[in-house]
Amino acid sequence: MLSTYLIVKIVIILVLFLVTLGMAAYSTYGERKVAAFLQDRLGPNRAGPFGLLQPLADGVKMFMKEEIIPNTSDKAIFILGPSIFMVTALLTSAVIPWGPDIHIDGQAYPLQVADINIALLYLFGIVSLGVYGIMLGGWASNNKYSLLGAVRASSQMISYELAMGLSIVGILMYTGSLSLRDIVAQQQGFHWNVFYQPVGFVIFLICAFAEANRAPFDLAECETELIGGFHTEYSSMKLGLFLFAEYIHMFVSSAVIACLFFGGYDFPFIDKLGLSPNVFAVVGVVILFAKIIFFIFFFMWVRWTIPRFRYDQLMKLGWQILIPLGLANIFITGGWLTLKNYLNW
Amino acid sequence: MYRSLTAKRKNVSAGQRELTFMERMYLPAILKGMKITIGHLFKKKVSLNYPEVKREFSDFYRGMHVLKRDENGAENCTACGMCALACPAEAITIDAAERKPGEEHLYREEKYAAKYEINMLRCIYCGLCEEACPKDAIYLTERIVPAYYKRKDFIYGKDILVEDINNRVDITKRKQPIKKA
Repeated sequence: MLSTYLIVKIVIILVLFLVTLGMAAYSTYGERKVAAFLQDRLGPNRAGPFGLLQPLADGVKMFMKEEIIPNTSDKAIFILGPSIFMVTALLTSAVIPWGPDIHIDGQAYPLQVADINIALLYLFGIVSLGVYGIMLGGWASNNKYSLLGAVRASSQMISYELAMGLSIVGILMYTGSLSLRDIVAQQQGFHWNVFYQPVGFVIFLICAFAEANRAPFDLAECETELIGGFHTEYSSMKLGLFLFAEYIHMFVSSAVIACLFFGGYDFPFIDKLGLSPNVFAVVGVVILFAKIIFFIFFFMWVRWTIPRFRYDQLMKLGWQILIPLGLANIFITGGWLTLKNYLNW
Repeated sequence: MYRSLTAKRKNVSAGQRELTFMERMYLPAILKGMKITIGHLFKKKVSLNYPEVKREFSDFYRGMHVLKRDENGAENCTACGMCALACPAEAITIDAAERKPGEEHLYREEKYAAKYEINMLRCIYCGLCEEACPKDAIYLTERIVPAYYKRKDFIYGKDILVEDINNRVDITKRKQPIKKA
């Protein structure tokens, strides 16, 4: 029994690892295609049919580039930076429930690497650790632009983490659980949290953009002011890791948004079809990935629509608007729940 | 009133007004912008897949030069040097020579260009040589000068510039009077 359990877990971990990397690789392709289409261009279409082999070509290019470590940099930390960023990005996908249980020999196995009861806290903790990757990388480069980028990234991420935390307190009050699995389970049957917590959703979405370092909050790496920001001094695959991890962040952020606010693998009337459990699980995974891909597209769509924030505007938005709004959201939700309790609805 | 963090005080001119609450929410404006960008997703793309699809040139496109031959296949150019004189970029070099008896089928006039070189890196494709030519000899065509690795490859001699006798370059469109729009 235990051995099957272990094998299933190992298979899930391996598949998840490959899928995450694959999604990130094809997000780079998707980003270039979406950018091109939104600007009336064609985008990459030379490598393979429709340019589908472009991520492969980009990867080969990255590996072939010269590896440069600046003389004045702190070499150990310089290498540690992108590694931390990549590892933390990969770790976050562990707690996301990817679908309903699959059944082998009458035994249910959850499609999740780890169903821990503090999944959300774990997520927030790991995502915050990602700041160290940027901060150390930018600092160790010993370059003004990198340092400025790192300072911006860390202050931005810390500021927006607050608002992000506040935005999901409303959901926690509804579900009474920090486990993503419970949160998704409670949304089954089209009771998606986005209908009950629209303000929380908007705040979380904005903060997710900031956390993933995506436009319009990509101040840490804005070319116009800081050349490349924290990764100015990086080249070859270390730069590749930074860029790649950003896309993994985007993938995981999309998955978290789908799980927290859009019912995860839930879809209206899917439970009425009477599918066998394993088919149901597969359909659930497909639905979740459809939602994730939509949100990845949404990230790109926003990137190619909205110009970058100015630094003081960014801080103003985070501290003066999103945090009060998040607090107000908590109070209103709490008041509503108390009222509901009081009136026994 | 919120004060900007930047040291520079903004000078609000008379024409500017305070933003209304809806405008300060930004979200409606952002949604409007996103509607515009999503519209472009389905628009016809302006890019062409270059080597397979080529953009159509105008009738008067000024590309690579051609030195014309007459209907008998003799070169029109008489090495008068008007083109080299007209050239603002000084890209044209001509060495003249006298036609020998028996070469009438090669050169139309008694004098011909023994060497006719255009430095394609200097040429600005203005077409003044074409305008200056009294002998109907030099024309700019729709052909494009390709890229080379060496500078000396860009110096085109008569072997490239003179049209092939069996494979004439069509310049009839260029000879028509320009239609006034």
